[in-house]
Amino acid sequence: MVPAVEVRGVAKRFGPVQALAGVSLEIPQGEFFALLGPNGAGKTTLISALGGLTIADAGRLAVMGHDVARDFRAARRAVGIVPQEIVFDPFFSVRETLRFQSGYFGLRRNDAWIDELLERLALAPKADANMRSLSGGMKRRVMVAQALVHRPAVIVLDEPTAGVDVELRQTLWAFIRSLNESGHTILLTTHYLEEAQLLCSRIAMMKEGRIVALDSTRNLLASFSERVLRVQLVGCGLPPALAAGAAAEAGGWWRIPLADVARVERVLAQLREAGATVASIEVAEPELEEVFVKIMRREEARAIP
Amino acid sequence: MSGFPTLLYKEVLRFWKVGVQTVAAPVLTTLLYLLVFAHALGSRVEAFPGVTYVEFLIPGLAMMAMLQNAFANGSSSLIQSKVTGNIVFILLPPLGAGEILAAYLLAAMVRGLVVGIGVFAATLWLVPMPVRQPLWAIAFAVVGCGMLGTLGIIAGIWAEKFDQIAAFQNFVVMPLTFLAGVFYSMHSLPPFWQAVSRLNPFFYAIDGFRYGFFGQSDVDPAMSLAIATAAFAALSWITLLLLRGGFKLRR
Repeated sequence: MVPAVEVRGVAKRFGPVQALAGVSLEIPQGEFFALLGPNGAGKTTLISALGGLTIADAGRLAVMGHDVARDFRAARRAVGIVPQEIVFDPFFSVRETLRFQSGYFGLRRNDAWIDELLERLALAPKADANMRSLSGGMKRRVMVAQALVHRPAVIVLDEPTAGVDVELRQTLWAFIRSLNESGHTILLTTHYLEEAQLLCSRIAMMKEGRIVALDSTRNLLASFSERVLRVQLVGCGLPPALAAGAAAEAGGWWRIPLADVARVERVLAQLREAGATVASIEVAEPELEEVFVKIMRREEARAIP
Repeated sequence: MSGFPTLLYKEVLRFWKVGVQTVAAPVLTTLLYLLVFAHALGSRVEAFPGVTYVEFLIPGLAMMAMLQNAFANGSSSLIQSKVTGNIVFILLPPLGAGEILAAYLLAAMVRGLVVGIGVFAATLWLVPMPVRQPLWAIAFAVVGCGMLGTLGIIAGIWAEKFDQIAAFQNFVVMPLTFLAGVFYSMHSLPPFWQAVSRLNPFFYAIDGFRYGFFGQSDVDPAMSLAIATAAFAALSWITLLLLRGGFKLRR
């Protein structure tokens, strides 16, 4: 099966800035994939190159096996991109906007699907409203509908939940998830790492135009993050036997790394033996945020000779 | 199926929805020019034998309005889309350079021609015009609108801000239209300015268009049509190359 997205040695320079410095990446069909990285890492440039909004200086990009330059028509039919910035045409209504977008893809009798999109994205009551009169969240939903109007195999969402309220975020993810379950490949960028951790099966992290980590979400969490036992002690410090690797936090809390959950028993026994009074206790699960911070720090350390 | 018909329809609808501004306003402006110039100069000038100055003026003013509006359509549509960012919705679909050019160009030509028809409809009951060679008139209207339509698209692709479009309009389009013999016959000019006029492709569009009405002109209409068509073809070719290479649109 051809990969949904194939990126080989893609480079792009904007004046003095090397936005992409030789990126290679493959996303199999049906995957829910996250592209993470700080601002300016090159995520949006990579997505733009995939959609033909930017022409790469070097390398090859393909969507569902179609080269984005040589076979641009087939490649663009295969991908639906939701751009990061909220943009709209103030001349038209929601329905007109979607009909036009559908027509640009050569689909002129697409009203059944447009109606379904309006329904699924809770836009039906606003179908005939002018784009100007819509709230930011509504405009964002129209942009999602525009990207899906030609039923693309690959759906790319560039920070779709930035500045979006909780309810819309949940409706949006429920919809995108159902699309993923019905076989669509999803490529997502976000700064909300808990979203990526929850939704995505595989993750690439970018920094300064390079991919610095690429693995399954599970492997990344396992190798860069760990379970931590947090205890709040009253009237005493941490026993020396537990001090290795532990860190103090505000309010008498301590973080004690757990290689495996079974170690909880031993830590508690040691605390009891030392006569410490435990006021509160919790086990913290690994977090993608920690993985992200560690990888970005590692890259910064590498950059300094 | 191609996305071209939809893009054309959307571009026509875009100006038609604000028709008061894009069609009625230029028709009114042209009528004002006509009233003022006809009143001020009407009794004094006879450009062609047997043709009054008002009659002479109408095709020139109509063509000027057509040229300016054909230019305005493509340039304003593109610059608005670029500044607001909604140009991505045109760049993401599988539309080729030729389809994008054809849609924007035809919409610009439609606007130019609709404005021209508006001018004639409004002047018809003021001054009955002879139409000796209707096919020539139509040919020059189409080629003239095409020429300025492509120029507007080039300006829209090149400009990054609204004031750059205004500069293009004020320093390129306006001088070339005003100095193209809208208000006078080229033969009334000193030899040097006659020679300069002959370098201006807009002049041929206006002179040829006038031939369609009076059966007389400053230059042989066949030659005018050849020159205007060549300018139109060259501009179209440049626009196509710009769109193919993604100049300023696909960064």
